[in-house]
Amino acid sequence: MDGGGGGGGGGEVASATAGPPAPLDWKFSQVFGERTAGEEVQEVDIISAIEFDKTGDHLATGDRGGRVVLFERTDSKEHGRNHRDLERMDCSVGRHPEFRYKTEFQSHEPEFDYLKSLEIEEKINEIRWCQASNGALFLLSTNDKTIKFWKVQEKKVKKISDMNADTFKGSGNGSIASSSVSSGLKQGAANGSYPDRSNNSLSNDLSFPPGGISSLRLPVVTNYETNLVARCRRVYAHAHDYHINSISNNSDGETFISADDLRVNLWNLEISNQSFNIVDVKPSNMEDLTEVITSAEFHPTHCNTLAYSSSKGSIRLIDLRQSALCDSHSKLFEEHEAPGSRSFFTEIIASISDIKFARNGRYILSRDYMTLKLWDINMDSGPVSTFQVHEYLRPKLCDLYENDSIFDKFECCLSGDGLRVATGSYSNLFRVFGCAPGSTEATTLEASKNPMRRQVQTPSRPSRSLGSSITRVVRRGAESPGVDANGNTFDFTTKLLHLAWHPSENSIACAAANSLYMYYA
Amino acid sequence: MAMVDEPLYPIAVLIDELKNDDIQLRLNSIRRLSTIARALGEERTRKELIPFLSENNDDDDEVLLAMAEELGVFIPYVGGVEHAHVLLPPLETLCTVEETCVRDKAVESLCRVGSQMKESNLVDSFIPLVKRLAAGEWFTARVSACGLCHIAYPSASEMLKTELRSIYSQLCQDDMPMVRRAAAANLGKFASTVEASYLKSDIMSMFEDLTQDDQDSVRLLAVEGCAALGKLLDPQDCVGHILPVIVNFSQDKSWRVRYMVANQLYELCEAVGPEPTRTDLVPAYVRILRDNEAEVRIAAAGKVTKFCRIVNPELAIQHILPCVKELSSDSSQHVRSALASVIMGMAPVLGKDATIEQLLPIFLSLLKDEFPDVRLNIISKLDQVNQVIGIDLLSQSLLPAIVELAEDRHWRVRLAIIEYIPLLASQLGVGFFDDKLGALCMQWLQDKVYSIRDAAANNLKRLAEEFGPEWAMQHIVPQVLDMINNPHYLYRMTVLRSIALLAPVMGSEITCSHLLPVMVTASKDRVPNIKFNVAKVLQSMIPIVDHSVVEKSVRPSLVELAEDPDVDVRFFANQALQSIDHVMMS
Repeated sequence: MDGGGGGGGGGEVASATAGPPAPLDWKFSQVFGERTAGEEVQEVDIISAIEFDKTGDHLATGDRGGRVVLFERTDSKEHGRNHRDLERMDCSVGRHPEFRYKTEFQSHEPEFDYLKSLEIEEKINEIRWCQASNGALFLLSTNDKTIKFWKVQEKKVKKISDMNADTFKGSGNGSIASSSVSSGLKQGAANGSYPDRSNNSLSNDLSFPPGGISSLRLPVVTNYETNLVARCRRVYAHAHDYHINSISNNSDGETFISADDLRVNLWNLEISNQSFNIVDVKPSNMEDLTEVITSAEFHPTHCNTLAYSSSKGSIRLIDLRQSALCDSHSKLFEEHEAPGSRSFFTEIIASISDIKFARNGRYILSRDYMTLKLWDINMDSGPVSTFQVHEYLRPKLCDLYENDSIFDKFECCLSGDGLRVATGSYSNLFRVFGCAPGSTEATTLEASKNPMRRQVQTPSRPSRSLGSSITRVVRRGAESPGVDANGNTFDFTTKLLHLAWHPSENSIACAAANSLYMYYA
Repeated sequence: MAMVDEPLYPIAVLIDELKNDDIQLRLNSIRRLSTIARALGEERTRKELIPFLSENNDDDDEVLLAMAEELGVFIPYVGGVEHAHVLLPPLETLCTVEETCVRDKAVESLCRVGSQMKESNLVDSFIPLVKRLAAGEWFTARVSACGLCHIAYPSASEMLKTELRSIYSQLCQDDMPMVRRAAAANLGKFASTVEASYLKSDIMSMFEDLTQDDQDSVRLLAVEGCAALGKLLDPQDCVGHILPVIVNFSQDKSWRVRYMVANQLYELCEAVGPEPTRTDLVPAYVRILRDNEAEVRIAAAGKVTKFCRIVNPELAIQHILPCVKELSSDSSQHVRSALASVIMGMAPVLGKDATIEQLLPIFLSLLKDEFPDVRLNIISKLDQVNQVIGIDLLSQSLLPAIVELAEDRHWRVRLAIIEYIPLLASQLGVGFFDDKLGALCMQWLQDKVYSIRDAAANNLKRLAEEFGPEWAMQHIVPQVLDMINNPHYLYRMTVLRSIALLAPVMGSEITCSHLLPVMVTASKDRVPNIKFNVAKVLQSMIPIVDHSVVEKSVRPSLVELAEDPDVDVRFFANQALQSIDHVMMS
């Protein structure tokens, strides 16, 4: 499988002949909620989660105001398509993905925990799509404390006519509250007195003629339009003492996990009042606390495997088959720091902000403050590749610590074919790296209508140093983008934290504050 | 169009409300669907109501659930079994909705309807329905198909039978784990309808596929199939095909699969016969009893008695008992607790000698367990041992255990032991009880926690029932009545509660001579709460005592209370007075 669609313009890299796919030439596709010059961004509009569904036909974003916005793909929508194929995650070939606004709904509201005197923000921390069925979409959304299961479905707007009550009114027998009958056209007899009447006066021994009563009619329902309706089907609450950082569906289609700073819980989608604690890293004495859980995800195909990352930069693989309480990991992935390089910031920047399994489940991508790392789950001695994202910030760590930027949680993503990885950065930049063997691809893009704008100043060829022969350690993109060298200071307030790669095509959706930018290649 | 007659108005409204905006009204209408059908008559029910329901199925799940349920018993309203097939279309759509409980109910109703349908109708409409669902675009339809094949199969022709078997085999290999789970869960039912010759070939190969599924959740449902299939196969085939699978499962990597095995294993013993049980199942069970995972041991410990009932006592003593001994000191309290809840049942299985020799030490050690649930579980099943070896051997250890539980700092534990006191009393006999436990029962009346005091009062009543009024007169009543002078009003309230409960058991005479005077005194209490509770208790005594007594002592007290400065006291006193008048009149 080649990179897919990677032909075209690019042409700046020569060595595309043999192994690695040619670097992608990224183009702007779409923007939703673009900011006009000078427009102030409302805090509640800032996007806090992005997720494609597994067919890639839908995209969901969540924001700090607790809203979830859904987009649907417009270019490849064939209505006659067999749904069974959809379930199998077919990839549709066609033009680059284009999306349109589908609907939005208020997923979470601000709350107040009276027992703990804590405000609970409505901010959506993560969204996960579930298996679609019967033309309805399903997704899980979570804020710090509460996970909700949503169903989004087209509902027919109905007009109901030919009610029995109409006939009754026509008869002129007004002794039984004609007022309610007149209102009975649309609301039926909703004014309260009728239901009781009908309950009390209708005993089962009421006898009807054998042929039935011909004067009774069923209401006539005419559908005249459809409407998208989002309904909250289940609320999974009160299971987390700390803030939920991730949720993840299991490939078995019936369970999911939610992770907070110290615990991972396992839920059945259909049962909202009980969950099982499977990982608990809370020490008996909180003063001994040295490490927290930062992210967790299920393996894409093995229902018994999940991974979670920690603030100390390690990733643990859990086998749910081993025991009910998975306090001991089955595999541990961590990079041993080079001796002598320790500083005050070592531990802070080692903290992993996000992990993602590659689609085949073989690799895990992790993001810490300075780098992206790709791990092979069969090799726990160290990462297969390391991509420098923020190396140029190393001299500035002190400032970044002062203004708390060092705690920013950048997400990462992999392409569906597993050949490339991407993550966000400051100044609304994001970076795409090739991770196929021999690839030197390292692109910096800006979340704007002209993504390659910044590229002008970047060095034409990223440096790379092949590491030891066993581990194909790749360090590239180490050089800071030229802008910085030119004295243009990076803007730490505009950070691109959230982004997602389309599951089957080279298309990236990323969030710059309140705007959703989409690129393709 | 004819006018709606006035008596029909309610039913007209009921019909209209099938489409009301208020979900409660729609639900109400759906629950009365049979009434609507009778009003419309059979023919219009078939031609109008059922199609109407089929078309209007995008309602809320609660309404759909109710509809699925109603349609399952709707055959009489559409004109009997020859018209039953008209019910299939609406149920078919309900089989495809995404809410599991609606789907399950629709499948259940379809099975109910299908099992009453005529064979020709089954062939004409039910089997095609199953085929449509099995080929459904969405997994929801295919999940439902799994639960319907066993109804369709028996009446199908040879050709259709072949097709249904291949459909089921397809479902067992579906892409979606949900469908494979449904196929695994229903395999036993389907297999029970399939001819023996195909059982060994077709069904067993489906079963083997499922037992090797990647998804733990599918495999563990396949475990359930082991027991179901085992009962269908003759012992020889069972040994050949099922036994290796279950033995494998008992060593599965996933603890959840082993957990299922622990729960199911005993059911297979009968299917495979005694010899394979001895050579394979007992060792498998022993392994499971010693599993690394506590959850698995909990399940295994909970089945220890059932397993021992099936295998012969010798095997049980030789192989199972040593494990039981280990489990009784397991590191997990939940394992010990599960064991304690069933182990007493082993006494009748092992007989008197083995029980005394082997089980008794285990009982005794569990009675001293640090975890109260373990002790409580032993005490709650005391009667089973009593029948085999008598209580004497245990009573020495029993008493300290009971006393300790009675004084446990967790009120729920104290509550639990109180609940068992009547059982203990009946097992231990009056003599033992008087000596050791009587004082405890009084002590609970003064517990700090209301629930305990309340349970203690109730306990006195049950003891009085067990040992009779005469015994109660000696051992309960005087002690209780003494407490009426307690300085704390809450304890005095407990006395009132005890008196109210004891009065009906003690009968008219004792109530008049002993209880009533105390109440009359208590009606002069200084705490209003006591006074209005006196009024309530007096009211409850009216039916027990004589009219003359009511007039002589009850009424004057109540009259006095009816003039109390406190409004609540007056209220309850007046209520009691009214009830006196009521009794007088009738």
